[in-house]
Amino acid sequence: MLAKRVIPCLDVRNGKVVKGVNFEGVRDVGDPVECAEEYNRQGADELVFYDITASAEGRGLMLDVVRETAKRVFVPLCVGGGIGSIDDFRETLRAGADKVSVNSQALVNPDLISDAAKIFGSQCVVVGIDAKRDGNGGYTVYRNGGRIDMKLDLGKWVEEIQQRGAGEICLNSMNADGTRAGFDIEMLDFVCSRVNIPVIASGGAGKLEHFSDALLKTDCSAVLAASLFHFKELTVQQVKDNCKKNGIAIR
Amino acid sequence: MTTIIDYGAGNLFSVRNALNFIGCENQISSDEKDVINADRLILPGVGAFGDAMDKLRSSGLIDVIKQEAVKKPFLGICLGMQLLFEESYEFGKHEGLGLIPGTVKLMEPEGDLAIPQMGWNSLEFNNTCPLLEDVAEGSYVYFVHSYAAVCSDSYVSAYTDYGGKVPALVGRDNIFGAQFHPEKSGEIGLNILKNFAEL
Repeated sequence: MLAKRVIPCLDVRNGKVVKGVNFEGVRDVGDPVECAEEYNRQGADELVFYDITASAEGRGLMLDVVRETAKRVFVPLCVGGGIGSIDDFRETLRAGADKVSVNSQALVNPDLISDAAKIFGSQCVVVGIDAKRDGNGGYTVYRNGGRIDMKLDLGKWVEEIQQRGAGEICLNSMNADGTRAGFDIEMLDFVCSRVNIPVIASGGAGKLEHFSDALLKTDCSAVLAASLFHFKELTVQQVKDNCKKNGIAIR
Repeated sequence: MTTIIDYGAGNLFSVRNALNFIGCENQISSDEKDVINADRLILPGVGAFGDAMDKLRSSGLIDVIKQEAVKKPFLGICLGMQLLFEESYEFGKHEGLGLIPGTVKLMEPEGDLAIPQMGWNSLEFNNTCPLLEDVAEGSYVYFVHSYAAVCSDSYVSAYTDYGGKVPALVGRDNIFGAQFHPEKSGEIGLNILKNFAEL
C-alpha cells in the first residue's frame, strides 16, 4: 500500500532558509542544504524548497541549493516559488528537482500546467493553491501569496488543474495558515472529493495530532509543514511515529 | 567503471549523484565503446516507451546493449526496466529489448487508485536477488509509473501492492530491473545500488 507522506517545506530567500512569522518579519534559520540533510535523517519522505525571493539572483542561488542537495539527499525534491515558464521548469528539473511547483503563474496562464505536463510528464507538475473561505460556504482562489483574489471557485480550479494533467495539488488554506490550530479539514475534504490526483495538505499544523487528523479524516496523500520543523518544535520522525501509532501507512 | 547509458531520456544526474555518493566510479555516456568497456551498465529512463526505443535506435545503441547486457551486471531503472521486456502497449505496440520475457501494460489497479502510482510503496519479496541483500522485506521505495511489467513470476524478485501485485524488482541472471527509483529511495535505494555496484 502506498505510504502517506510527511513533507517538510524550506522557505528559501537568497539561498538561506527563512521563515516568515505571521507573514511579516522574516528570520534566517540556516543553510538549506544542511536543513535538507537533517530532515532527510529525520525520515522526510520528500522535501519542498520554496523560493520566496523570486528575483533572478535569488533563483540562481536557489538552483545552487537544489544542485547541492541533490548530491547528498536521495529522496524526491520539489521546488517552487516564482516558476513562470517552461524554461523555469526545465532549469529547475536540470538542477536536480524531481517536481516543480507552480502557483500564481498557473492562474495567470493555465496552459503552463498542460504544456509542462506534456513536455516533462505529469509526475513533476505540482500546482500550489492558496484558497480562502468566501463567506458563503464556498472557497475562492488567491494568487501572489494571497494578495490577489482571483474570484475563482476552488472546485472549478482543482478540476481544471487535474484535467490539464497536473500530477499533484498542494493546498494551502489561508484560513488555517499561521494559526497552528490544525489543517483545514473541510477545505481539504472539499478538494480531495473532487480530484483523483494526490493532494498535499498545507497550512495550520501546530501539533502532532494535526497531521494524523488530516490523514485520517480526509483522502489527502501527504501533509506539509514549515515552521514547526524549522523551529524544531517537532521532528519529522515524531510526526511519522504518531501517524504510525494511529494506523496510518507510513514509510 | 559503471556506465550510465545516455540516450537522451532524462534523469541521469540523479543516478550519477547516487553512485557518486556510494563511491561507485561511473560515467554518463552514449558512446558504444563505453558500453563495451564498462564493468556494469545502468539504463535509466523517464518518459514514454516508444519514444525511448526510438532514441536508443537512433543512437545506434540497441545491438551493443543486447550484446553487452548478457555479459555483465545490468540494471534498468523505471522506464529502463520496462525496456528490458519484449514489448509494450504504451501508446500503441512497441518492441522492447527483449532481454526478459514479458510485456509492459497500463496498470489497472483495483479500487479507486490513481494512475500514475506516485510515492513510497513497500517491497514484498519473491525470488532471492543479490540486490536485496541487507534490505528488509517491507522496506519502502519510491515509485513513479503508470505502466508495469507483466511477466512470469520466476523473473520477479519483489512485488509491490498497488491495487494488485505489481513487479517492483525483476531479474534474469545478471540482468536486473527496478520499477522504482533506487536513486530516490533514501537509504534503502542506496543499499540496493551498492549491492549492484559490488556485483
